[in-house]
Amino acid sequence: MTDELFRAMARSIIDGDPDAAADLAKKAVEAGIDPLEAINKGFVPGVDYVGEQYGKGEMFLPDLVLAGEAMKAAVAVLEPEIVRQGSQRQTLGVVVIGTVEGDIHDIGKTLVATMLSVSGFRVYDLGVDVPVATFVEKAREVSADIVGMSALLTTTMVRQRDVVEALEDAGLRSQVKVMVGGAPVTRAWAQEIGADGYSEDAIGAVAVAKQLLAK
Amino acid sequence: MPRPIKSITDPRLSLQILSPEDVRRIHTATLDVIESVGVRFPSPKALKIWEAHGAQVDWDTRIVRAPGHLIEDALKKAPPVYTLAARDPAQDLPLDGNHVYVGTDGCGVQMIDLYTGQRRLSALKDVAEIARVADYVEEVAFIWIPVSAQDCPPETRSLYELKAAWENSTKHVQTESIYSEREARASVEMAALIAGGREELRRRPVLSYALCTAPPLGQDPGTLEAALVAAEAGIPVGFMTMTSCGTTAPVTLAGNLVVGNAEVISALAMIQLAYPGAPVFYAAAQTAMDLRTGGYTGGGPEDFLFGAASNVLADFYNVPLSMGSFATGAKEPNWQAGIENSLSTFMACVVMSDMLLGVGLLHGSRIWSYEQMLMDCEIFDIVYNTMKGIPVDDETLALDVIRAVGPGGNFLAQKHTRKHMRELWVPKFMDRRPYEEWEAKRDDARDWARAMARQILETHQPEPLDLQLAAELEHIIATA
Repeated sequence: MTDELFRAMARSIIDGDPDAAADLAKKAVEAGIDPLEAINKGFVPGVDYVGEQYGKGEMFLPDLVLAGEAMKAAVAVLEPEIVRQGSQRQTLGVVVIGTVEGDIHDIGKTLVATMLSVSGFRVYDLGVDVPVATFVEKAREVSADIVGMSALLTTTMVRQRDVVEALEDAGLRSQVKVMVGGAPVTRAWAQEIGADGYSEDAIGAVAVAKQLLAK
Repeated sequence: MPRPIKSITDPRLSLQILSPEDVRRIHTATLDVIESVGVRFPSPKALKIWEAHGAQVDWDTRIVRAPGHLIEDALKKAPPVYTLAARDPAQDLPLDGNHVYVGTDGCGVQMIDLYTGQRRLSALKDVAEIARVADYVEEVAFIWIPVSAQDCPPETRSLYELKAAWENSTKHVQTESIYSEREARASVEMAALIAGGREELRRRPVLSYALCTAPPLGQDPGTLEAALVAAEAGIPVGFMTMTSCGTTAPVTLAGNLVVGNAEVISALAMIQLAYPGAPVFYAAAQTAMDLRTGGYTGGGPEDFLFGAASNVLADFYNVPLSMGSFATGAKEPNWQAGIENSLSTFMACVVMSDMLLGVGLLHGSRIWSYEQMLMDCEIFDIVYNTMKGIPVDDETLALDVIRAVGPGGNFLAQKHTRKHMRELWVPKFMDRRPYEEWEAKRDDARDWARAMARQILETHQPEPLDLQLAAELEHIIATA
């Protein structure tokens, strides 16, 4: 019975079906199944399968994003239950992410946030046109491990440096890793402003984030 | 002496990519989207314009829902034909539907250095030097700001770029890097100085704006306000959509066209509501995402189809089109770059898109390469010659010559041959040498293009800007 439920959970992730994932999560709660086990033995194998298929070139980015949405729906149901039981879900780290002030480009940043989230990070997405101070405040509030910034314009890219400096001024710089991205951003720029990580795309960003926190 | 400009005109090739019924359905769907879903115009100035003309404005979400007739009536006020003026009037570009002009691509952020071959960040000097090379080559009709002057302060960067372009070319200049009302006002002043006054600028706009929409179904606030300033001054303004299948637009091509179309025509309509009769143009560089990364592809069959379809839409709205072609996703000038840039340019040309953007950038319009620039010019030259088609008349049927030579002879010594031989295409960068000659040298198009770029840069001196004028431009920038 439980095995069947777990298989259905994995399937809901592979199908990218948030409604089914949430329903299955509710069923697990009603059946008194350990919510952590539901995540780890039910939903996570689905995520792993999608990741594997993506690696083989059999699945594509929309499959990953939909799997992420389904996972999010499942976790939203299970997380309160985990907290209620006085337990805590293991995450790879806490990420605060946003597009810098003056820049309204959303999609790249959102994609990175989704990929990080589905990969097991806890992600706080601040949206677009985010003032420097907001990055710093949020990073402090949630004890972020990583601050990620996106910029699509050469004129707004300079704000990434401002955030790095502001983290420094706030005394947070030693506690957080900084990741930058966006079309005009290069590895050279990341180095110049003292960022710790850079990736050209969302899949790469996950690897960079994992690497930064493994150190 | 101004350099001649090569543009495609009187084409003998054509292509039907969308039927009139297809266009009608795309148009109807677009109006439905604008009226029922709406487009975000996050600028109070823009929202006031819409509200004053009866559109439904949600001030919280800043989404405008406008009835179809409002959009259609506004678009009817846009002039179908006008001229992009150049510093040298001999290089003016009439946008009359019977010319295809090529610009430099923009706006890159890195350079393959012409002398060291190393990749580095772009700077103001690069804008100047690219403009100078572009001024020389006849395939480039206008200067699109090619790379970002990243050594200039962000607040006035776009203005330094304009100055550098005018200082190094007498051709028309189009910018895509002005995102604020403040910069727009300064750019109008600068353009008025070049044109010889505000009225003269209206008559002969030496500057035009290409501005990006913010897909899906949005606009950028600074861009909208800059556009209004430019339109008021009579500077032609275009809105470019870069909707991408699967990320910022439906994954299906027709759905992508609808979303991009809604962004562009709503923006053009807003300009017409504010300044009826202001010159505007449609601009597009729709694409498909890369299925693996979600990234920009820079080429592929979808892009080629969009390249042809967009002009049908622009024609339907009776405004000029600036179409994204070239702009390969390749990392260096190679097989991929050749295919992507040839097919995208052919497809955009065969439907007679008015402006093409543009030559010179690699890696999805991010890295400037002079080699790629000149090879792109050769691609355009091939398309230019292909578009001439096959004229058939007594002279070209050449019956007399065929009779004179007869079976088994050859046509080399015929006067008819010498008379018409220059109608055959002569490549600059194609390798047609004997095999052994190639084997001995092992050089190719990239080497020749690089050598040509260096030579142009070292020898070509465009008509300089008057020093007093340059100083006044500098002053405008300094006080902007």
